[in-house]
Amino acid sequence: MHRTEKEQADLIREISGVDTRKCMKCGKCSASCPAYDEMDIRPHQFVSYVQNGDVKALLESKSIWKCLSCFACLERCPRDVKPAKLIEAVRLMVIRQRGEDYLSPNEVPELLDEELPQQLLASAFRKYRK
Amino acid sequence: MQRIGVFVCHCGSNIAATVDVARVVEAAAKEPGVVHAEDYAYMCSEAGQLKIREAIKEKNLTGIVVCSCSPRMHENTFRQAAERAGINPYMVEIANIREHCSWIHKDMEEATEKAVILARAAIAKVTLNAPLQAGTSRVVKRALVIGGGIAGIQTALDIADAGYEVDIVEKTPSIGGRMSQLDKTFPTLDCSACILTPKMVEAAAHEKIHIYTYSEVEKVSGFVGDFTVDIRKKARSVDMSKCTGCGVCQEKCPSKKAPSEFNRGLNTRSAIYTPFAQAIPNVPVIDRENCIKFKTGKCGVCAKVCQAGAIDYEQKDEIVTENYGAIVVATGFDTIKLDQYDEYSYSTSPDVITSLELERIMNAAGPTKGHLERMSDHKPPKSMVFIQCVGSRCADKRGKSYCSKICCMYTAKHAMLIRDKYPDVEVTVFYIDVRTPGKNFDEFYRRAVEEYGVNYIKGQVGKVAEIGDKLLVQGVDLIDNKRILMETDMVVLATAIEPNPDVRKIATMLTASIDTNNFLTESHAKLRPVESPTAGIFLSGVCQGPKDIPETVAQAGAAAVKVVGLLAKDHLVTNPCVAKSDELLCNGCSSCEKVCPYGAISYVEKEVNDHGIRENRRVALVNSALCQGCGACTVACPSGAMDLQGFSNRQILAEVDAICR
Amino acid sequence: MVYSYYPGCTLKNKAQDLDRYARMSAEALGFTLEEIKEWQCCGAVYPQASDEIATKLSAVRALNDAKEKKQDLVTLCSACHHVIKRVNDDMRHVEDIRTKANNYLKLDTPYEGETQVLHFLEVLRDRVGFEKLKEKVVKPLTGRKIGAYYGCLLLRPSGVMAFDDPENPTIIEDFIRALGAEAVVYPYRNECCGGYISLKEKALAGSLVDQVMESAMDKGAQELITACPLCLYNLKNSGAARKLPVRYITELLAEALGLMTE
Repeated sequence: MHRTEKEQADLIREISGVDTRKCMKCGKCSASCPAYDEMDIRPHQFVSYVQNGDVKALLESKSIWKCLSCFACLERCPRDVKPAKLIEAVRLMVIRQRGEDYLSPNEVPELLDEELPQQLLASAFRKYRK
Repeated sequence: MQRIGVFVCHCGSNIAATVDVARVVEAAAKEPGVVHAEDYAYMCSEAGQLKIREAIKEKNLTGIVVCSCSPRMHENTFRQAAERAGINPYMVEIANIREHCSWIHKDMEEATEKAVILARAAIAKVTLNAPLQAGTSRVVKRALVIGGGIAGIQTALDIADAGYEVDIVEKTPSIGGRMSQLDKTFPTLDCSACILTPKMVEAAAHEKIHIYTYSEVEKVSGFVGDFTVDIRKKARSVDMSKCTGCGVCQEKCPSKKAPSEFNRGLNTRSAIYTPFAQAIPNVPVIDRENCIKFKTGKCGVCAKVCQAGAIDYEQKDEIVTENYGAIVVATGFDTIKLDQYDEYSYSTSPDVITSLELERIMNAAGPTKGHLERMSDHKPPKSMVFIQCVGSRCADKRGKSYCSKICCMYTAKHAMLIRDKYPDVEVTVFYIDVRTPGKNFDEFYRRAVEEYGVNYIKGQVGKVAEIGDKLLVQGVDLIDNKRILMETDMVVLATAIEPNPDVRKIATMLTASIDTNNFLTESHAKLRPVESPTAGIFLSGVCQGPKDIPETVAQAGAAAVKVVGLLAKDHLVTNPCVAKSDELLCNGCSSCEKVCPYGAISYVEKEVNDHGIRENRRVALVNSALCQGCGACTVACPSGAMDLQGFSNRQILAEVDAICR
Repeated sequence: MVYSYYPGCTLKNKAQDLDRYARMSAEALGFTLEEIKEWQCCGAVYPQASDEIATKLSAVRALNDAKEKKQDLVTLCSACHHVIKRVNDDMRHVEDIRTKANNYLKLDTPYEGETQVLHFLEVLRDRVGFEKLKEKVVKPLTGRKIGAYYGCLLLRPSGVMAFDDPENPTIIEDFIRALGAEAVVYPYRNECCGGYISLKEKALAGSLVDQVMESAMDKGAQELITACPLCLYNLKNSGAARKLPVRYITELLAEALGLMTE
């Protein structure tokens, strides 16, 4: 099914449950983000990009793979906007569309080491592919 | 039979755009008792009122219904118009077809139907109206001001200068309030104490002003013009008539570990203390919780060194009862607690401080004698970071929804003063917006940037972490779209302000309404900003909403004018719409007495004549001067004896019938 | 006192110490952790999207199992705790998720978030009590300077997790003090170590781990403890060579209770 960017933005708002209009553009989410320097599009920009319907850029952003899901942005946001949920919604949109994208089972053996906990693989498959 | 006139207002397009006024007139004209019905563009205008007066005379009207805006707006206007034409003002009813109808509906058909129903109800009610006579009550020519900060002081001075007696009740040992804690004031940078102290002295010396410090309002009864107030004068343990204010007791007091409230806990004070050098009155109090004598029975050093023999360990709290015509609330504010904001390390690092703490550090009489230094190691900082909007403009549970209004300006002031006195100190301000509406305010902020080189960064701080003896500030620059990691020596948090927490208790005593943020509600946001909806209660300063010193002083003066306007009257006209008990129906159960919030109902033993049978009964008696007409008693009464004049059960039911017809 | 216990995948495998010492300590402190039968992996990630239902079902099964036994459900791993606690909150408050999850599971009685989810530390704090725990310590860890590493998942979002102050938590410090050691408070104890992305983003995970370690060492910690197997793995294996030893909370507990066999 083909969606316009605006429809994609609406879908992101719907599955994330985020009201992007609540944002007052203070930047505290980005100020709190431990992965900020690794992101090409920053947490506060996720909010305004969705608000403005610029979804294409978000779908191509490497930020969705850098987000730690640590919820610092969500915890410290003074307006209760929850940028982490937006980032997850965009990531879901990508993996639902393209299937295995960021992690293929073939890669796994060489990533393993003696101490690697099972939950790291479980979470990686949850986060990186559908 | 009543002869009723109905007047339907267009209110320009406010009503007429949504309600077909011609149809309302047509429908009203068919109601029983209605002998006249017409519409007009603005009923409240002089021409509109003239139409009402002429119709009353020409058609011998006995009752009036005006279909217009809320009765809060123009009920009085139309009552006066009716009275001028010779009919009792309480024979006027308002059908609110604006706020209750045209403003909230979009569909003209529905709105018109509803307007007709509202008109019908008002007609049904006015048919049962009877003329009412308003009584009068006395005005006690004395005002009470609760709170002795700049707001309270200014209000008291202005009332006193107009020739009326004023009492100030201040909770702490001295008047002066928050302003006495400030160092310099924006935008002119005059020293706060230099401009406040003369006013404190003037208030203390004024023959019409009496100041109760270390005192609290304990109980309020009565009503506008005649309040009765109990004031608790807390035991000072020092005889005010004997103390000379020499200060020896404070010097010699061996207990010096209590955190100084005045210095925001940055240093300590003695157990016997005056909060600051210019305190008024200059008479110390003993803080009994920290006094060795009170804790262990031993010590008594202050009594030994006091040449005047003023120390009195036996002193007890005293209750003073006074009558007042008007009460002004001027309870001010405090900064919010920051224990929910530890991403800024306020709880863990002494070098992260609030702006009010910085005021004390900058002040020559403060804990560092005015030297800018870190509280951890007393070293002068080489760089400082200010964070704006801490706890303000929040939609989460931690903070306040409002803008605290004063922070942008005081932060610019702090930044400027520091750059002026210590040019080597780097100053950075993280902001979301810089809000500077006010005379010479934006110019002031621009000077901080352009003349004093303060570094303003648009963006917030996410974390402040202690690293070694430095603070690592992790923020974002939204203009450059880059991460800021900045080591600094001190961090100052522009902490949100909130109404003094005591205000809830005081508002309850005064039956004055407060909003969800604990700010007192004004009677009208624009047109009656210094009056509480509760008659006789006035608002001064930050208790009503965030404001700076110039605005506070202006509002304090405005509140004083309103008080003077009230006290200048010899009598007040009372509201005749009060409760009345039918002693033949009263069964003496006391239900009404229990629910009355104004203490207006009492019970008497009385001989009644019940259809020829004379007997003594216990019956309810309403004091019409105390009754505010709330109607609680009428619903509590199980036997239907209690009725509200002007809003009788019959009238209300007639309205309901008319609506359901 | 018997609690339902959800160990999770890692505690059955790489993090057996976390599990084993918890059970031993529990018995020593007078309560029992009764493992839920046939539990399934929680997925290790809480699915945030409102249309994710299937990924929440294993948590609901565990919660319902505890409900049927009329027991509180105890967890240890931070990720499991996070997932189960948040799914429980959804089942309590989000009608759409509750209805759909119950439609899938076809339970005799629908599950509506009745179970109380407790982290093992909460059991120690709120049920056993740290004062009581202190009395049970036989080998106090006197003189040791231990930093608590909370990470993110136990604390945030604080509204749902309701575990402790998300910015200045104290529960693990109080736990450390109860065991007789000195608790070292350092500012990065609640900052994420990047565990989730440590599989593919080694450099980022490394820099985050270094920040935590530097911060803890700066404040004088000699060792760290954590409740999270993912954090433990990441703290040990990512970043610079200069680091503090990291152990599980339950290892420290068992040691202080004298249950370690050396």
